[in-house]
Amino acid sequence: MNPDFTQTMILTFQVAGITTIILLVLGIPLSYWLAYTSNRSKAIVETLVSMPLVLPPTVLGFYLLVFFSPVNPVGGFLESWLNLRLVFSFEGIIVGSVLFSLPFMIHPLQSGFGAIPANLREAAATLGISRVKTLFTILLPNMKPGILAGCVLSFAHTVGEFGVVLMVGGNIPGQTRMASIAIYDRVEALDYATAHRYALVLFAITFAILLLVYIVNRRFARMELT
Amino acid sequence: MIEVNVSKRLHTAEGPMDLVFSGTIEEGEFTTLFGPSGAGKTTLLRMVAGLTTPDSGTIVVDGQPWFDSARRINLSPRRRSIGMVFQDYALFPNLTVAENIGLALPKQQRSAIVSELLEVAGLQELAGRKPDKLSGGQRQRVALARALALKPTILLLDEPLSALDLQMRLKLQDELQRLHQRYQPTTLLVSHDLSEVFRLSRRVFVLDKGKVTRSGSPTEVFSQSKISNKFRFNGEVVHIKPSGVVYIVHVLVGQDIVQVIASEREMTTLKVGKRVLIASKAFNPLIMPLDE
Repeated sequence: MNPDFTQTMILTFQVAGITTIILLVLGIPLSYWLAYTSNRSKAIVETLVSMPLVLPPTVLGFYLLVFFSPVNPVGGFLESWLNLRLVFSFEGIIVGSVLFSLPFMIHPLQSGFGAIPANLREAAATLGISRVKTLFTILLPNMKPGILAGCVLSFAHTVGEFGVVLMVGGNIPGQTRMASIAIYDRVEALDYATAHRYALVLFAITFAILLLVYIVNRRFARMELT
Repeated sequence: MIEVNVSKRLHTAEGPMDLVFSGTIEEGEFTTLFGPSGAGKTTLLRMVAGLTTPDSGTIVVDGQPWFDSARRINLSPRRRSIGMVFQDYALFPNLTVAENIGLALPKQQRSAIVSELLEVAGLQELAGRKPDKLSGGQRQRVALARALALKPTILLLDEPLSALDLQMRLKLQDELQRLHQRYQPTTLLVSHDLSEVFRLSRRVFVLDKGKVTRSGSPTEVFSQSKISNKFRFNGEVVHIKPSGVVYIVHVLVGQDIVQVIASEREMTTLKVGKRVLIASKAFNPLIMPLDE
């Protein structure tokens, strides 16, 4: 097998996996807050979270590129203090992917939290069980389909992203070249055979992942019925 | 002792309604909040639990303020010593019966208290089951055992038996009484079932449209006549059979059917389903309807 091809596929799934884990860790507290708060700033936060759904990826990518560029104060600070350069780097496309896939994690988790009957949280409160313990022993175990949906959608969406990665990361083999960019790159070079291979693998994997989600969710639904 | 003095404006389907309650509940007493739905009973219970915040007033338990609007005190439900049974039980669906009961307990005491409660509530066989594999009556017992696990100062029961059929209801009323005698928590029950009030509680507050209309012992509150009696039972007319010039009235008292003879004149106030008081002065039993 072509080493370039293997390298690109591994990189793609690494980026998607790391992005999903980061999103899950960030997404649980954020969606918890969104689901239960009555704070007025909720609408603004919800809007910001949902922006990547409608914003052209190149817009987000462009701003990230400007912000993280070493000549910008933010980018300069990150580079001089943390030795972290977020443009044209692996870390950069992770940050871009996390922002870009945020709604795909937050929305399923938020509706998962919202679907849990309020009296379960109230019962936990009357029993003196702390919020954190309630989250881990009662809320999260009762919203597994939402967690699964959030992880899978974030993963699949990251695998398939193009605009943000291209803007922030460019096309560096083994560093920032993800499968979707490789397809574009190969088509540009009129290497349709390789482009086909990337495309087919992405197609098959995405199909398999989504199929799995639907099967598992059906089983969850059936378990709840019996 | 619980001293409750609260008011809150509620927004109901019939427009705004002011819930105003002022009353004290003695330690260890079993008290019922009785009234039609929408009277504010559950809201009052939730205020004691800390799940709903009153607009103004105080809630003082054993001298400790749980809520005081003037002093801006509002203890979170987590810090109030309460056990609550919700109308639909609110059992944690992902946990077994034993885990539901023991979740709030510190680890070192957990197994001892859980096994005691499982035994008292007759749930040993079901310890490893999840709530969705239980019947309504069993769920109710789990919810009650869970509420008692921390030995709360106040036990709050929000129509805990309303979803059950009559037979199961009577059985669980006995059980509730037994558990109350054993653990002696100050108990506040929300109910709109008159037989429950009579069977379980020593005191009753009747709420209607957010106000207390009557309070006292169930018999004081619900029977108009204050006659001295040799014996008296409350029951429900289940069957009326004409027999010559009189009628034989079958009355359900507890789980027993009692037959009482009633005259044509007495029959004008009686019908099947009517709550009645059967009392005897020396020889002849009197049968009379109860106010509702």
